[in-house]
Parts: sequence; C-alpha cells; structure tokens
Amino acid sequence: MIQTFFNFDIIVASWPIVMAGLLNTVLLSLIVVPLGLFGGLLLALLASIRHPLVRWPLMAWVDFFRAFPPLVLLILLFAGLPFAGLDLGGFACVAIAFFLNTGAYYGEIFRAGIESIPAGQVEAARSTGLGRLQALGYIVLPQAVRNVMPDLLSNTLEVVKLTSLGSVVAVPELLYQARQAQSLTYNPTPIVVAAIIYFLMLWPLVRLLSRLENRALAGRR
Amino acid sequence: MSTWDRFVDTFFNGKVMAKYLPDILSGMVVTIELAVLIVITGLGAGLALALIRSLAIRPLNWLIVFTVDLFRALPPLVIIVLIYFGLPYADLSFSGFVSTWLSLALVLMAFSEEIFWAGITSVHKGQWEASRSTGLSFGQTLMNVVLPQALRLTIPPLTNRTIAITKGTALGTVVAVTEILGEASSAMSNSYNPSPLMMGAAAYLVLFLPVVVLARRLERKFAWKR
Repeated sequence: MIQTFFNFDIIVASWPIVMAGLLNTVLLSLIVVPLGLFGGLLLALLASIRHPLVRWPLMAWVDFFRAFPPLVLLILLFAGLPFAGLDLGGFACVAIAFFLNTGAYYGEIFRAGIESIPAGQVEAARSTGLGRLQALGYIVLPQAVRNVMPDLLSNTLEVVKLTSLGSVVAVPELLYQARQAQSLTYNPTPIVVAAIIYFLMLWPLVRLLSRLENRALAGRR
Repeated sequence: MSTWDRFVDTFFNGKVMAKYLPDILSGMVVTIELAVLIVITGLGAGLALALIRSLAIRPLNWLIVFTVDLFRALPPLVIIVLIYFGLPYADLSFSGFVSTWLSLALVLMAFSEEIFWAGITSVHKGQWEASRSTGLSFGQTLMNVVLPQALRLTIPPLTNRTIAITKGTALGTVVAVTEILGEASSAMSNSYNPSPLMMGAAAYLVLFLPVVVLARRLERKFAWKR
C-alpha cells in the first residue's frame, strides 16, 4: 500500500515537478487574491450609493456570479472566446474568471461590513469636516474590515483552493503538475503528495478560522 | 454578413442549439441528481457528526475535528482527482459520478458540521441545565430544546455554503461525468461551435439563480441578529 501511494523513489523523482507546481499555485494566489479584493471593494463602494439604478444591477451582478460555477466561467473564457477571435491563454482566463467570481463574493462581504457601521459615525465624521472619501477611508473601512475579518479570511481560503481549477486549462499549478507526474510515473504518489502539500499549506488558516468563528459565536451569547 | 450577424451565428446558432438541446437537458438531469444526492448525504453526515461531537467523547472529537479540517483545507477538485485517479491503484474503482458525489458530499459534511456545531454551542448552557432539571433526558433536551434553536441560527451560513458546494458539480466534467458542462463541452467539440456552451451556461443559471434568490430571502428571514 505504502509502495503504491507513498513511494519514496517516486517522491524524490517527481519532487522538482511538484515544487514547480507549488510555486505557481503560490504565485497565482498572490495575483488572484488582491485582484478579487480590489474587485470586491469596488463593488461594495458602488453599493454604498443607495440609488435604485445602481443597487439593482449590482445585486443582479452578484447573484449572477453566485449562481454561476467558476469552472463554467473559466471554460467559457478559455474555450468560448477563441471563437470570437480572442485567445487569451489559460493564465489570463483564470485571472479574469477569478476577478469576476471572487470579486462578487468579496463584494458581498465588504458590503455587509460597511453596512455594519452605524450611519451616525459617518455623520459625525462629516460634521468634523472630513470629506466623503476621507470618512470612508479613515472611519468606515477600517472598522468594516475588522468586523468581517473571519469572512474575508474564509473567502480567501476558498480562492486559494479554487486555483486548482487552473489545472483544467493547463495552467501548470500544483494539481496540474502532480497529474503530469502521475501519468509519467504510472503511480498516484505525486497526487497524494500534492494533497498533503495543500493540507499543510492551508491547515493553519482553517484552524485560525475555526477559532475566529467560535469566538464570534461566543460574543453573540 | 454584418459583425453582429456573425456573432449571433457563432455563439447563438439556432441549428446547433436545436441539435444539442436534448444533450444539455440530459446533462441538467444528471446535475440535479448529483446536487440532490450531495445535499442530502452531505448535510445529513454533517449533522450526524455534530451530534456525535456533542456527546463530548474526547478521542472521537479529535477525530471529527481533524476530518473536518482535512476536508475544509483540500480543494474539492483535488479530492475528486484523488478518488477517481488514485483509488484504482488500490483496486478500488469508482465511476466519475460516484467520485464527484463522494468528494463534494465529504466537503459539504465538513463545512456543515462546523456550522451545526457552532449552532449547538450557541445555545446557552443554562438551557441545557434547565431542561435536564425538568426531567428531560440528554437526547430529549438535544432534540426538543437545543436543535430547534440551533438549526434556526445555522440557516444563513448553511445556504451560502450549500450553494457554493453544489455548484461544484461542474467539476465532475474533469472525471467524465455527463453533467451540463460535460455535455456542453463535448457538443462544442463535435460541432466546432460555442453555442452549446452558451446553452450550458444558461442551464446553470436556470437551475441555480432561483436557488440563490430564494437563499437571499431565507438569509434575510433568519438573519443572525434577532
């Protein structure tokens, strides 16, 4: 059993391939997480304009991406757009799909955070002479982000896990590289190693989240 | 042909759409079957684990917490690939459908156990003591006093997770499940035309948009603040 699923020789042989994948997963995450955060913040700021002409399309946008599987979005960009003469390549497709998809999720979280700050605080800030943007940047956002920190972290965990979708469009991230190594060696060890790497990489975040969630609940009692 | 006509002819080609509509519809049936199986088994297993955890048997609880952490940390696609491509080496072969079902049910189990557990612990200890002192047994207290309150609290976070994980049925296409995306992709390569993919995209919206809108309403109704 260990010879099959955790073969030492194969671990050694596939190590460089798997490590190259890990590096790409980390790089991909470092690109798509800030991209999603930026998109989300943009959406949340737009949502704070309480005009029906802004509010309704925004809600439809968010619901659309909550209903749409990210993999379908990715395939649509990767396999559909070339028919319109636009061949972006796997990496750009992942970046765009994630910007749209995770942006919508981050947007909902930021919106909830901003709405958790009482309007009186903005009024107070404005009456001391701060501009609208200053009140937002110095008073509302810092508190809003702190209030929704567990949700932001939990979504970030999901985004990092989602980078494994890149393997479907041949982005050489961790899962893709492990699959390559598996078919080269006719042995599942590289996939098991990749799974262990994912787990070790993300376990601390999962533990932290679990504790944050419990604390949030204790506060509600 | 104008650019617009060419665009419509490429992406919304009537002939191609008519030809592959039955395929997409059968894909929808598979997606619904998968989704229903995942939701029932995943939530059921999650609730069962949370109830076992409330018995407070130390070693068992460590095991539950570790299992939950494991399936929260692993990407669903990695679990699917591991079951579908890895297990056959141990002479244990599952079809793509079963691999996808098992993987996503395990992920939903992990997330829902956390949420159910949070709901159970949120019910004040005094309520446990009060109902036990009136003569209710541990099981009766759990069923009649704690769970009705706990489940109410779990609805908003639970609907969100359940939708996000059920959408993952599209991952089945990687292991040759003939759900919507799989049918749409093979129809696209057979017809050299992206119209089936557009139909597939529409099919997902038809299935999931009503659920998302319904979930939004439920969330409002059962919002955390009471």
